[in-house]
Amino acid sequence: MKYMLLIFSNPENWGALSEVETKGVMDEYWAFTQRITESGEFVSGEPLQGPDTATVVRVRDAGRAISDGPFIESKEVLAGYYVVDCKSLDRALELAAQIPDAKLGGGIEVRPCADMGRTS
Amino acid sequence: MEQPVVPEDLFRTESGRVLGALMRRFGDLDVAEDAYQDACLAAVETWPRDGVPTNPGAWLTTVARNRALDRVRRELQRPGREVQALGLYADRPVEPAGPAADELADLGDTAAVLDDDDQLRLLFLCCHPALAEQAQVALTLRTVGGLTTTEIARAFLVPEATMAQRLVRAKRKIALAGIPFRLPEGDELADRTAAVLHVVYLVFNEGYAATEAAADGPLVRTDLCEEALRLSALLRRLLPDDAEVGGLAALLVLHDARRAARTDLAGHLVPLAEQDRSGWDGERIHEGVALVEQALRIGPVGPYQIEASIAALHAEAPTYETTDWPQIVVLYGLLEQALPGPMVRLNRAVAVAMLDGPQAGLDLVDRIAAAGELGGYHRLQAVRAHLLADLGRTDEAGAAYDEAVRLATSGPERDYLRMRRDRLGPGGLNPGRKSP
Repeated sequence: MKYMLLIFSNPENWGALSEVETKGVMDEYWAFTQRITESGEFVSGEPLQGPDTATVVRVRDAGRAISDGPFIESKEVLAGYYVVDCKSLDRALELAAQIPDAKLGGGIEVRPCADMGRTS
Repeated sequence: MEQPVVPEDLFRTESGRVLGALMRRFGDLDVAEDAYQDACLAAVETWPRDGVPTNPGAWLTTVARNRALDRVRRELQRPGREVQALGLYADRPVEPAGPAADELADLGDTAAVLDDDDQLRLLFLCCHPALAEQAQVALTLRTVGGLTTTEIARAFLVPEATMAQRLVRAKRKIALAGIPFRLPEGDELADRTAAVLHVVYLVFNEGYAATEAAADGPLVRTDLCEEALRLSALLRRLLPDDAEVGGLAALLVLHDARRAARTDLAGHLVPLAEQDRSGWDGERIHEGVALVEQALRIGPVGPYQIEASIAALHAEAPTYETTDWPQIVVLYGLLEQALPGPMVRLNRAVAVAMLDGPQAGLDLVDRIAAAGELGGYHRLQAVRAHLLADLGRTDEAGAAYDEAVRLATSGPERDYLRMRRDRLGPGGLNPGRKSP
């Protein structure tokens, strides 16, 4: 099954890290990505720029509306994601626990991907 | 003509094993439940005529499995339904994994094998931490406990529609999120077992509390204590080498042994200090003590074993005053290390008061209150009130009782606390010394 691992991270916690510590966490990210690539479970994944760079598009009767934001007051922001293809939720949770932000005060939301396009 | 009698709770007691077997084969709880229901109906129709089979569980599993396969084959014949039906086999994480083709090929095989491990997998599935605690409890009672949705709703005092919704959501999450039907391994096992034990503990507590709520109005409650005891006995059979499984079994049996003495004839709550100990079930106590000793020999020691040890000391004491308080204080200290929290500290304060006098106990209680913990919990105020009364500080005790009455949630508890407050004479006469 495919799962998206949504990385919710608290920027303050990253800000509190020293340069060496930040590099350490980044190295952990690279190592994690490499491990799940080698195990064949990696499908895709990207880090994201901060929410202050976000733009929302809505299409309404009047046409396309574009707005800056959203500005949701929250300590944790969506900082990136992985899509993994693995055996079960238990394995997905195991992988999520290995994502560095999980222990940096953030949280990883694990969501099964909806398989809309599957054909026989 | 004599009709063979179908044992009344057979469909309930076989539920876990049969659903476990069906889950392994079909990997879908809805399919398993529908098929089991079909099989039970078939049993009700045919057993009075043909007699109860020697192995009813295997009979039910075989019939249920065939019904489910019939259904799957019908689905397969409907155009456009291939994907959905095959999904039953191909998509679910089932352990041990059987290829889809084999599943359909061995239709002729009728001997259903009932495997205890399947029932255990079912328990771990229902008590998966990805499900909300309430959902875990409901699902466990529904599948392994074999209770109907109506019975569970009644037991938890929620509308049936609410409970049905809770079960539907939980099953949906299991299917969509891919919560696996498997036995946890290695480091995972202890945590996952603890989650199962917690569910059983919650079921028991709900039933235990029901005794207190009974005076509030007409309550028809399925006996959750009995159900928890049954689940705990099942777990002991399935996981005999787990010390905490034994610890919980001991704890529940020991509480159960004292159940009858906890209320008087009018349904009023009788605290431990005032219970008529001749009303305790000596045989059950004996059983509980043996269980805790057995669990402690297995090790390692965990919270349930410590709680059971405390319950054993209470159960074996001839009177409240002659209880082995020094040992109980030590055990609460251990429990606090294993399971830190204000509730354990409050219980320890009560034991310390018995050992070192009310002032020592009151100091500990006030420390909990000063930390801002248990502020909304009536028992903290009730314990304070008892200890203040023991110290002759009658006015303060009265105020604490009033506060406890205000916070108490069940009618019998409020009645009891009011009665205690009214008993506070000007001389601070206070016959008992402890809250329930």
